[in-house]
Amino acid sequence: MKMTKIVRTTADLFFPFCLVFGLYVVVHGHLTPGGGFQGGAVMATGTALLLVARAYDDVTGRIRKGAMKACEATGLMLFLLAGLGGLFHGRAFLGNWLAQAGGLFGNRVELGANAGDLYTGGLIPLLNFGVGIEVLGGLTVILLYMLSGIKEEKK
Amino acid sequence: MTPFLLLQALVLLGLIVTAVLIISFKDLLAAAIAFAAFSLLLSLEFYLLQAPDVAIAEAGIGAGLTTAIFIIAIRGTQRHEEKN
Repeated sequence: MKMTKIVRTTADLFFPFCLVFGLYVVVHGHLTPGGGFQGGAVMATGTALLLVARAYDDVTGRIRKGAMKACEATGLMLFLLAGLGGLFHGRAFLGNWLAQAGGLFGNRVELGANAGDLYTGGLIPLLNFGVGIEVLGGLTVILLYMLSGIKEEKK
Repeated sequence: MTPFLLLQALVLLGLIVTAVLIISFKDLLAAAIAFAAFSLLLSLEFYLLQAPDVAIAEAGIGAGLTTAIFIIAIRGTQRHEEKN
């Protein structure tokens, strides 16, 4: 079964927007609904769309199996190292040693009702990012291995 | 309160209709698309019940990834009419 040109063009157009929306859900994970797993699943849906629309030999130029495995390993290592960092600052494993310490996500949280500051949360955005790229890599590797087992008839 | 209940009743009716469609379709691809519609309505129901976190997970996993896995699996099969 070969997909039509309409399906292929729609998937090509939709792919970057899907990735950007998934990244938005991941980055705003500590403020809005969603988080690492949900954002990673949305990003993996974008790659799944591309994999459904095209043949295996056609898609491996853009989505590489090695890069996705590297994504998965990097996400896991980021999660573990961020958690272990708490041990060197006199806290427990996954203790929030970056909260309110300055730096990228270290702003102090305002009291009372407010719209929410993106640069707060300390360790939590880092953990969300690690989980996000880990889920993206893992789910895409599953789909790539499934797709590589299918013999497409040449027409 | 009444429009809210009416909307929920409509979503539940749609869930039942799509669930019956899934098992009544003979075409596998049509059944997979009906399953995607079922998942989308289910995520809408989760959102109406004020669980937006679960709704995003359901829309991503149920409507997106599971449908993609089903379609990739169907691509590996052969249609009955094309065999001859």
